[in-house]
Amino acid sequence: MSPIQLAVDALSLGGQFALIALGIGLIFGVMRMINFAHGDLITFGAYALVVPSAADMAVPFVGAWSAWFLIPSTLGIVMLATLAGERVAFRPLRRRHADGTSLLISSFAVGYLIQSVILFVHTGRPKSVSIFPGLTRHLEIASVRVSLIDVVTILVTIALLLVVLTFLRFTRAGLHLRAASEDFSMAKLLGVRADRVIFVAFGISGLLAGVVSLLYVAKTGVLDSRMGVPLAIAGFVGTVIGGMGNLAGAVAGGLFLGIASTLLQALLPEALRPARDAFVYGLVIVILLVRPGGLFVPRNAAVRI
Amino acid sequence: MNLRRPRLFPATGLIAVLAVLAVGSRLWGNTLVEGALTEALLYLVLVVGLSIFVGNSGVVSFGHIGFAAIGAYASAWQTCCTGFRGVFMPGLPTFLLELDMPVVTAALLAGLLAALVAAVVGIAIMRLGGIAISIALLSLLFIVKSVYENWDSVTAGQSSLVGLPLYVDLWVALAWAAGAIVVAQIYQRSAFGLKLRAVRDDEAAARACGVTPWIQRLIAFVLSAFVAGVGGALYGHYLGTLAVSIFWLDMTFVTIAMLVLGGMRSLTGAVVGTLAVTATREILRSLERGVDLGTLHWQAPQGSQEIVLALILLGILVFRPEGLVGDRELGVRKAV
Repeated sequence: MSPIQLAVDALSLGGQFALIALGIGLIFGVMRMINFAHGDLITFGAYALVVPSAADMAVPFVGAWSAWFLIPSTLGIVMLATLAGERVAFRPLRRRHADGTSLLISSFAVGYLIQSVILFVHTGRPKSVSIFPGLTRHLEIASVRVSLIDVVTILVTIALLLVVLTFLRFTRAGLHLRAASEDFSMAKLLGVRADRVIFVAFGISGLLAGVVSLLYVAKTGVLDSRMGVPLAIAGFVGTVIGGMGNLAGAVAGGLFLGIASTLLQALLPEALRPARDAFVYGLVIVILLVRPGGLFVPRNAAVRI
Repeated sequence: MNLRRPRLFPATGLIAVLAVLAVGSRLWGNTLVEGALTEALLYLVLVVGLSIFVGNSGVVSFGHIGFAAIGAYASAWQTCCTGFRGVFMPGLPTFLLELDMPVVTAALLAGLLAALVAAVVGIAIMRLGGIAISIALLSLLFIVKSVYENWDSVTAGQSSLVGLPLYVDLWVALAWAAGAIVVAQIYQRSAFGLKLRAVRDDEAAARACGVTPWIQRLIAFVLSAFVAGVGGALYGHYLGTLAVSIFWLDMTFVTIAMLVLGGMRSLTGAVVGTLAVTATREILRSLERGVDLGTLHWQAPQGSQEIVLALILLGILVFRPEGLVGDRELGVRKAV
């Protein structure tokens, strides 16, 4: 495998993980909650592409529409599901000032519920669906073959990161969100509206999850009721090694994880490749042993009394 | 706290209740109920193991089922399928191939292996903050699954391992569940348990009193991994067959639901939650098999069990977040 091909693979996977880590990190910032259901929302978006049925053959539903409808509908569906989850499962707990543990378990239950419902409706058999068939082509760049979807993934990631960054940096809602991530109760005292800022965080997080649904399905073409779980784990680990509560760190952590996975896949001996994930997460544990707070620890990391 | 109370209370009370249930189900002679109670007691070993860490540290673990898997396979290495062990698991070292370990010793050694793994990874993981520990433990579950599914020569990989000695019945399960409860009780009352709960309630204050949070977490983690490892070993000998996929997200979800439903912070809660969830699952399972209402045959669709369980857990978290019993213990008026 040529170095360029490897780099494209690494950045494409890393970009996907970075988007997931950012989606998780945004919510963690305002709520101090790891949203376990994030991966299952990605699964939910992917399944929205096909008609709900127990049949073996998947019939495209949203997936059959033209891209102009397909993309906004999928993103909209995932955003709505994310906001609905916040409304039903997290807001009542937040109102009661529940601790992070309860919120974590609550999001775990939401994720399990989504998985179970998908399993219930679609059965456990993996389904296949093809969206954007044009993207599975390969490009020849300087006599190196790279797949178009990987290039698109990288470009979409860069564009989205820029959009989210601009939003956070230059809009009023973005300012509120950053203030709330810094110190939620102080932000509230200064007039930031808690419900609205959390609404915005969940909305962006849902949008990012929807984008990952589309990129993932466009690349693999396979639907599985638990496809989102390993993606979410990658995102969690990305946020943890990036330093929790640090958005740039989350993006960098996700990117790092994707690059490490791709490199290990390429460099590990053939016999050990199936257990690649064990090496990736083993590496993560080693990193945390050296830097328990993550690679990019924010200045206000230690809890002050 | 009433200091005149026997030191092993509420453990003794809980064990007495479980024993009465066991004797009752045997006298009733309903094999379905007896089977369900046996499974509940085996789950109880896992849940008590989980609660030693989760209850005292306040940190949720999504990784303990990985220790159950480690324990289950470790026990299989020592006791499984006499004569055929080398056929199923050719990669085992010679001393293990020839070993004929008594099942009780095998279960304890299996727990020790799980504890050893917990000690090694715990040194890194326990130094993280609360939620990061939960996530790191979840990736630990992934590592265990990934390693055991691909380590064909000692775990039969993605296919099942058959022929484990089936020695776990109602009484064996009761005995081990009682043992797990006693261990949890002794830990909870020990200085270590007290220090860890101090960390849980106010980390800064505990630090100021000279308690090192990560070391206290590590002690609880290793002990709870031991109990979970034994629980996994027993579960393997209850099923008679092993597959890595048994020890996965479903079991993780069910054990956490049991712990949260009853009340995360109390041993009584672990017992109540385990019994309540098992009863609910059994009822839903029999609904999925179908019920006859007079002339009408009604059958709940497959998979309703998981959905209902998830909804119950969410309902508990929203409406009764401290669980059914909160942090109360059987026969104790105030929180311990």
